[in-house]
Amino acid sequence: MKTRDTFSRRHFLQSTALGAAAMATGVVSAPVVLRAQGAGVKLGVLQPLTGALSYSGQQGKLGATIAIDEINAAGGIKGLGKIDPMVGDAQSTPEGGSAEVEKMKSAGVVAIVGGYASSICLATTQAAARYNLPYIVDVGVTDAIVTRGLKNTFRFGPGFGVLAKTSIENLVKINDQAGKPCKTVMIVHEDSAFGSGLAKLLNAQLPPKGFQILETIPHPTPTRDFNNVVLKIKSQKPDIVIPANYYNEYVLLARTMQQQQVKPKATYSVLGGAASSYKFVKEFPEAAEYIMDCNHWFDPRNPKALALKKKVEGQGQFFTYEVYMNYSAILLVADALQRAGAADRAKLITAMESSTFSGHVMPYGPTKFVNGQNQGAAPANTQVLNKDIQVILPEAFASAKPVFPRPA
Amino acid sequence: MLTAVIIPTVINGLLMGAVYALVALGLTLIYGVLHIINFAHGALLSAALFAAFLCFRYLGLDPYVSVFGLAPLFFLLGYGLQRFVIGPAAHGKDSNILLVTLGLAVIIENALLYVFRADTRTIEVPYAFNVVEFAGSFLAVPRVVGFFAAFGVAAALWAILSLTDIGKAIRAVAKEKIGAQLAGIDVGHVYAVTFGLGTACLAVAACLLIPSYYVNPHVGDAFVLVAFTIVVLGGMGSVPGALLGGLFVGVVESLCGFYLGESLGQIGIFLMFILVLLFRPTGMFGERA
Repeated sequence: MKTRDTFSRRHFLQSTALGAAAMATGVVSAPVVLRAQGAGVKLGVLQPLTGALSYSGQQGKLGATIAIDEINAAGGIKGLGKIDPMVGDAQSTPEGGSAEVEKMKSAGVVAIVGGYASSICLATTQAAARYNLPYIVDVGVTDAIVTRGLKNTFRFGPGFGVLAKTSIENLVKINDQAGKPCKTVMIVHEDSAFGSGLAKLLNAQLPPKGFQILETIPHPTPTRDFNNVVLKIKSQKPDIVIPANYYNEYVLLARTMQQQQVKPKATYSVLGGAASSYKFVKEFPEAAEYIMDCNHWFDPRNPKALALKKKVEGQGQFFTYEVYMNYSAILLVADALQRAGAADRAKLITAMESSTFSGHVMPYGPTKFVNGQNQGAAPANTQVLNKDIQVILPEAFASAKPVFPRPA
Repeated sequence: MLTAVIIPTVINGLLMGAVYALVALGLTLIYGVLHIINFAHGALLSAALFAAFLCFRYLGLDPYVSVFGLAPLFFLLGYGLQRFVIGPAAHGKDSNILLVTLGLAVIIENALLYVFRADTRTIEVPYAFNVVEFAGSFLAVPRVVGFFAAFGVAAALWAILSLTDIGKAIRAVAKEKIGAQLAGIDVGHVYAVTFGLGTACLAVAACLLIPSYYVNPHVGDAFVLVAFTIVVLGGMGSVPGALLGGLFVGVVESLCGFYLGESLGQIGIFLMFILVLLFRPTGMFGERA
């Protein structure tokens, strides 16, 4: 009796495992069905939908979904049919991201868009490179993402190098225009690839420009309490505080600074998680006022961008950079797919390399990929003024003049 | 240096530690009686934070008011969970209870994620940015309230456990389950009451936390790992142990964070955790097995 029981259970397990494996790899049926119907392009949308970065991940997914819906509503990609998105959750970790890449590869996606965090993108692009699977990074700003010679990896947005250079140039410009009131700086950054990389760049590039860095404070994500960090800021009295962290921590830091009545002459963020977020400005207008940020931002003169903003806000969501960057990245891939003329990974990579796509919503120069990096990508400087977010630099897009230093 | 930095750091640690203590109180109580680690504790804390958030957003109730409704409500929720879900599903095996609570955690977190999305939410109360000046540092009013409330909750728990009949029954079941059963105590009921009390503690913690913190479906996890350490440090099942352990862990985290950097702030907690396990496995107030 016992033997029979064991056998049947083992048999059951074997057959289910086999079935699950077949389903997961898609070897048995999926591609055949797809080819037979000739319908659609399977596209991976990979975001940290759960875990510490889940808000950003959900926003990214929203942007990607809107773009895909718009393309599909207009009949899909010419000659290839509608886009069939496969949404994956990176669970806010590089390992989670890599596991999703494996799943998507097996499911037969033609490309993957997303990743969001630098640390996730580093892992996922590499995992995808093993299969020569095109990977379009939506946000991840670490330059190592595009400097490892991965042929499959493309980034439409700006990387650290450009961001840090622009942000420092703009900070010097704003400070000079105001008569150089600020000299000392403290940096508060989250301790994964994004924050640490940025802190390193700032530490190298700010002193030659005449700024003295008093202290650089790393913190983990999530951090429950910023009182000690603010205590350090309070005791050293820097002219400028530069936070580089994700949304929750940024808000907590700004709230604690307000609570502890710490008011530096300027809060100047580089890729501040909340500094140019409509949500933050709406919920904590007092803590947000006068905060400056050098970050991803949409082109305020582009009617397509404004229409997208209206659509997103109409859904009761905030128009965050994850939304329009993923929206643009999907449009970019769709354009390349159409030019490639087939849902083929190698052809898509060739088409991406020669992309001059201009139908996006970002304030970028002409699109041109060199080693996977879009050379036209550039950030904008924003400032929270009168409970709204204004572009203060570059002048070509500016909707307001900077208020610097912060009025007492 | 000492007065300007160390004292505020220690005070700040005490205030944070009080919140940890509140979360740990529920955990230690459940451990002390049911002898299981409740893996759903973090998810239930997230749920309680959402409940406090909803009361504020849709009923306009200040968290310090809604706590009087939410604590009994979460007591009933905890009672029901143990009586009708965890208990029957466990079939009397401790290892099963462990797995059931783990499963509950997954279900609750994903239900919250489904309903509320991963969005981080905060509430705006008029006193959120109020501070009191004490020993040269500004203390946020919600934190100070939380500090004293933690003592209040610990005192209330202690009173329930030592002065009431159900408290005596809980202690009896914790010490000798079969003996208590033979003496006519309804063990299933006592288990459920204990689980209910532990869950009610979370509702109180949530209402004290939300004025100065945020809520999202995973927010509870950040507190529960620390709460586990506190439970071990203070002694499994000990109410004063959880309270003092919480305060102690708060101060250690705060000082380590200040001197070693926030990234390494938790190193002190886990170092302590290992030392306690090595040299005093029963914790500060734990009874010897």
